[in-house]
Amino acid sequence: MSEQAQTAQEHRPITLVEAVTQALAYALKNDPEVVVFGQDIGANGGVFRATDGLQKTFGADRVLDTPLAETMIAGIAVGMATQGLKPVAEFQFMGFIYPGLDHILSHAARMRNRTRGRLSCPIVYRAPYGGGIHAPEHHSESTEALFAHIPGLRVVVPSSPARAYGLLLAAIADPDPVLFLEPKRIYRAARQPVPDNGEALPLDSAFVLREGTDLTLIAWGASVKETLAAADLLASHGIEAEVIDPATLKPLDIHSIIDSLEKTRRCVVVHEAARFGGLGAEIAAQIQEYAFDLLDAPVQRVTGYDTVMPYYQLENTYLPGVERILAGARAALDYVRDPGREGGQ
Amino acid sequence: MHKPRLQLQTSFDIAHLQFLDKQGQATQPLPDFATPDWLTYCLRQMQLARMVDDRAVKLQRTGRLGTYPSTLGQEAIGIATGNALMAEDIYCPYYRETGAFLERGVLIEEILANWGGDERGQNFQHPRKDLPICVPIATQMLHAAGVAFALKYRHQQSNQPLQVAVASSGEGATSKGDFYEAMNLAGVWKLPMVFVVNNNQWAISVSRIAQTATQTIAQKAIAAGIPALQVDGNDIVAVAWAVRDAMQRARSGEGPALIEALSYRLCDHTTADDASRYRSAQELEQAWQWEPIKRLDSYLRAQDLWSDAKQQDMERELAQVMESALNNWESRTPEPATAIFDHLYAQLPAAFYEQYDQLRDEQAGAERE
Repeated sequence: MSEQAQTAQEHRPITLVEAVTQALAYALKNDPEVVVFGQDIGANGGVFRATDGLQKTFGADRVLDTPLAETMIAGIAVGMATQGLKPVAEFQFMGFIYPGLDHILSHAARMRNRTRGRLSCPIVYRAPYGGGIHAPEHHSESTEALFAHIPGLRVVVPSSPARAYGLLLAAIADPDPVLFLEPKRIYRAARQPVPDNGEALPLDSAFVLREGTDLTLIAWGASVKETLAAADLLASHGIEAEVIDPATLKPLDIHSIIDSLEKTRRCVVVHEAARFGGLGAEIAAQIQEYAFDLLDAPVQRVTGYDTVMPYYQLENTYLPGVERILAGARAALDYVRDPGREGGQ
Repeated sequence: MHKPRLQLQTSFDIAHLQFLDKQGQATQPLPDFATPDWLTYCLRQMQLARMVDDRAVKLQRTGRLGTYPSTLGQEAIGIATGNALMAEDIYCPYYRETGAFLERGVLIEEILANWGGDERGQNFQHPRKDLPICVPIATQMLHAAGVAFALKYRHQQSNQPLQVAVASSGEGATSKGDFYEAMNLAGVWKLPMVFVVNNNQWAISVSRIAQTATQTIAQKAIAAGIPALQVDGNDIVAVAWAVRDAMQRARSGEGPALIEALSYRLCDHTTADDASRYRSAQELEQAWQWEPIKRLDSYLRAQDLWSDAKQQDMERELAQVMESALNNWESRTPEPATAIFDHLYAQLPAAFYEQYDQLRDEQAGAERE
């Protein structure tokens, strides 16, 4: 490729799912220990085309179609990783990951610990996650809190093409297991140029997507889209919201969130997962522990309902949209401490 | 017109292998590898495994060890399997494998440390790449399939000799999906892999007959398109022959195989179990009649290869080995409490510093008091 053509290629805006493909291709090209496998990822390029063309370029020895068996996909990754390979396993949908839980939780997450460092599991488990694409039942799961609860795992969620590329490369390079959840609702929602330079983004660090002084909005994955839209609307009313994407949900970078609260003193956490025991609860609890005195209002949660994700006719009712985020923001902004409680009498 | 009807397929053959019968008499000429030296070595290793089990159970009874799964009665399977592996092969064991561990080079003090509640017991100083003891049922079979893939991948990249992954399990594990998924993948990807199923007749309290309607465990391999053999698991020569043969096949690129080793669990499931609740004393007494150590001992004595004097010498030597291991185990310094964080991730993430410091300070406080 000529230099000019290469530059043009680098500046061609790509989607989030194309950024995933680009990161996988970079990793396969530059590290012979990387192998990619899953159902339908070879000739078919994955049901979302995240592995499009990879088998053709890197061969069926490194980009492998597996039999249809999710427990197996999760389990063989453990065995491969203990021998020094860097497996990148794709689950077609997060809703199909549950047969593999035993291996992810009981083995991948704790291999390093239980062998006192003798063996480890540098695995990336990839899964498209979240609702909003009119998929059948069990295709719209958003159970990141399940995994974030597990000691030894990392849970990473990108929310833009550039972060998908940089964070996936970081996940593949990471010496420990990473659950990499791809927000499929925004797989093709936006394009941006993502230079294929192999540069990883830091894990365990939150990204400040928009600066503001009146309110902190926290969101990850596809919900970042509505959250940024809500921030724009708030700005048109003169309210400057800071928007933070934690990106790595476990371990959580609470300090960036606290830093933001020092400016804003009010906070809304947005996620499409069910509310009870969701990560909004963890974030609110940590804010309360570390920054109770900073708060001018209780932390608001704008989340999915504690229901089963409905079939698609009602999924947009379930998913927190701009209106619900604005209502949450309004509740945080309008909150006034009961003056009767001041002074104690 | 004649309609096809459902029928139970029973026309397949499962071969059964035995060299030494229940009385320890050869039923066919022994293979070349079964030299007098090898046979007496196996007798020693089986007795060592039994001694470790015996001490471990006693240590548990006196509160010095946690729950322990004895291998009493199936020493031939572990020793023969461990013996058939080369150092570079990768062993992926379940939890009832003290014999195989000894043969692989895992130290007795490491085995005791593990069941004594110290994770350092799984940090074998040798072999470094074998998988740790696996407690959930059958998951190790899929890990072994992944290991076998890695071994094949390396072989293709480097042209070094093909190494083999070996998964062991009890027969109860063959009820699980992981077992079928591992066999299926191993078959279709032609992985260098051997499944060794210790069919000791009891999955805790559930008998083999209540576990599966199949006549043999070996025939389960038919569904995955991989070869299988049933062996007398109390005949160490038969187990060794079968595992060696399967290893050789796998090593030469012919793919996976399954060995079903018929044996009997002479002990409780673990020290937390009481097998008298679910199986008869009569059945147990009968099973003792064909246990593996007595069988090999009888054979060797009939060949004038073993004697009371040799047995006494060996028992003295093994007692010393055991005492030395116990001393090493007991003289280990305890792990610091903060070790629970040390290997959680390659590098402790910043989000954990506060909890780490809290634990460290609590420990420092406890030491001052």
